[in-house]
Amino acid sequence: MSEPVLRVQDLAVYFSSQTGGLLRRQERELKAVDGISFDLHSGETLGIVGESGSGKSTLARAILGLIPPSRGRVMWMGEDLTRLEPEQLRQKRKELQIVFQDPIASLNPRMTAGAIIAEPLWTFYPQMEDLQVEERTRGMMKMVGLLPNQINRYPHEFSGGQCQRIGIARSLVLNPKLLICDEPVSALDVSIQAQIINLLRDLQKKLGLALIFIAHDLSIVRHISDRVMVMYMGHSMEVANKADLYRRPLHPYSRALMKSVPIPDPVQARKVKQESWLTGDMPSPFNPPRGCVFHSRCPYLVKRCQTDVPALRRLGHGDWVACHRAEELDLSIDAPAASAVDASTTGKLGLI
Amino acid sequence: MALLEVKGLRVSFATREGEVHAVNGIDFCLEEGETLAIVGESGSGKSQLVMALMGLLAGNGSASGTARFKGQDLMRMSDKELNRVRGKEIAMIFQDPMTSLNPFLTIEQQMSEVVMHHQGLPRQRAREQAVEMLRAVRIPDPEERIRQYPHEYSGGMRQRVMIAMSLLCEPDLLIADEPTTALDVTVQSQITRLIGELREKTRMAIILITHDLAVVAGICDRIIVMYAGQMVESGTVEDIFYRPHHPYTRGLLASVPRLDVDSGNALHAIPGNPPNLLALPGGCCFRDRCTEARAACARPPPMWQDAGGHMGRCVNELPGGQVISGASAGHYATPAEAGS
Repeated sequence: MSEPVLRVQDLAVYFSSQTGGLLRRQERELKAVDGISFDLHSGETLGIVGESGSGKSTLARAILGLIPPSRGRVMWMGEDLTRLEPEQLRQKRKELQIVFQDPIASLNPRMTAGAIIAEPLWTFYPQMEDLQVEERTRGMMKMVGLLPNQINRYPHEFSGGQCQRIGIARSLVLNPKLLICDEPVSALDVSIQAQIINLLRDLQKKLGLALIFIAHDLSIVRHISDRVMVMYMGHSMEVANKADLYRRPLHPYSRALMKSVPIPDPVQARKVKQESWLTGDMPSPFNPPRGCVFHSRCPYLVKRCQTDVPALRRLGHGDWVACHRAEELDLSIDAPAASAVDASTTGKLGLI
Repeated sequence: MALLEVKGLRVSFATREGEVHAVNGIDFCLEEGETLAIVGESGSGKSQLVMALMGLLAGNGSASGTARFKGQDLMRMSDKELNRVRGKEIAMIFQDPMTSLNPFLTIEQQMSEVVMHHQGLPRQRAREQAVEMLRAVRIPDPEERIRQYPHEYSGGMRQRVMIAMSLLCEPDLLIADEPTTALDVTVQSQITRLIGELREKTRMAIILITHDLAVVAGICDRIIVMYAGQMVESGTVEDIFYRPHHPYTRGLLASVPRLDVDSGNALHAIPGNPPNLLALPGGCCFRDRCTEARAACARPPPMWQDAGGHMGRCVNELPGGQVISGASAGHYATPAEAGS
């Protein structure tokens, strides 16, 4: 296999927070991202999934250098982004771009759609002729499914889905090689989500982008990713090929996330209602559990999980997992614990 | 007698750009103990419909039609009368649990207020009831946690508090407006399960408003699908999921990303965007986005109904159904008509 374009090694971001008054001041450390590693090849899509507070957005920002990492390296085409001077890093942004979650808040309400999309060109290519900028802007609008004659409209004149298209056009106008999408569809209606996901899929194929797609819902990630990383409290719990993950997750947390996806079928939804074993909330990040960070919510807990931190290790097929019991547990979605899922579902999945 | 009977409900807003027609003639009934889901995209009028019922429309909004709740018309009630009903007989949960709680008051203060106001109980008794209710929605350690402020709760716990608060006076009707949209999938499934349990344990009727059909599949009896302020389809949950009539309903169902279907192909998307409510097109309001649109769709489509109560508004025939209203009744309001 060719060299990866992006290689993240042991990346960590710690925030410090001060509590107490003037005299009893205490500094607490929050480990938002704690030792994440992965490779990404050109033309490949990595999905990153986890609940709010799992550190996925912080990870995205740290990769782009928007937040200085506390530790680790971000190798972009063989160059460590964390060691670049600010101006050098700024120049790299031509190659690395991001689409944000809230399509409306991430656009300046006083700028027209055209100006929003053209701004990166003005910033990085100030000598470019006006005519050329306009031509490129109109071309981008067409590419993301907007009408070029909407170029002088303001964000409030567009719907949420159209605003997200503007955000995508802005991020692609510089011809980046890596695009990070931070929950690009979670603020959109279900019917519009599909439009945006299909658009991103098509653009990625057409432009050969390396794509990182962040979401809190495994069902959405499935439609766009080649590989998926599941995050929890700043740690990577599992990195697996899409086919393996959705057939047989290796980590109990991955399975819990899958089991939380609502089933759009009344008969089956009523059957699985009883099964819920992901209870409670994520523990406070200031006071993470010892041992495996997931042990406080894990139904497969053994003594060892409370003391030893499981390392992310490679299992047979080339999938990675951080769980002491990965070999012995059968977490297939049709395994006995999921008895509520009946034969018709497993049939559809092509399982025996 | 139905618990709630809504007839010919219309809501419009006067704006600088003109009259916005948010809800254009909705009729439905809700029986005691029944759970009804109202499904639609942003701007379909689903939230404004219930805001009108509760008398909570914004200042520039106006509503017409009738909404009989236990025989009394909510739309003709004075604010004072409404205040007796709201919170006591009809409770409401909103989408964003953070902004619906007062950040300056403890959970105890906010919850006891409801009981003290509607039932006239002393503070101590009100507090006991509140603790009891928090335990019922599975807030761990309720005696301790009731003394905390909203910011000390996570998003899912805040929504549990909202549910607990709405149940304090044992309402006959609970309205939940996108109760899980702002939450993670894991928390969403916990909250939907909680609502499902409440539905089984109490005789309370529930109206669930959502844009995601998958969320309500397991916990509702009937579904109304709204588009551009109109009911385009309604029926039992089985009718909607297994025998959808309207192309919009089918589109909504197909666009739900599923874990149990392989993702080799692109997701089904409904093309285009919802119509502009300032200037609704005549005829079927979905025809610009409909893959089955034809010339006949330029006229207002008929409303079909079958023996089981499954209704659909489309030129396509509903199997086993009869036309109950044509172009004359419940047709689309054009701006000119609404203004007259």
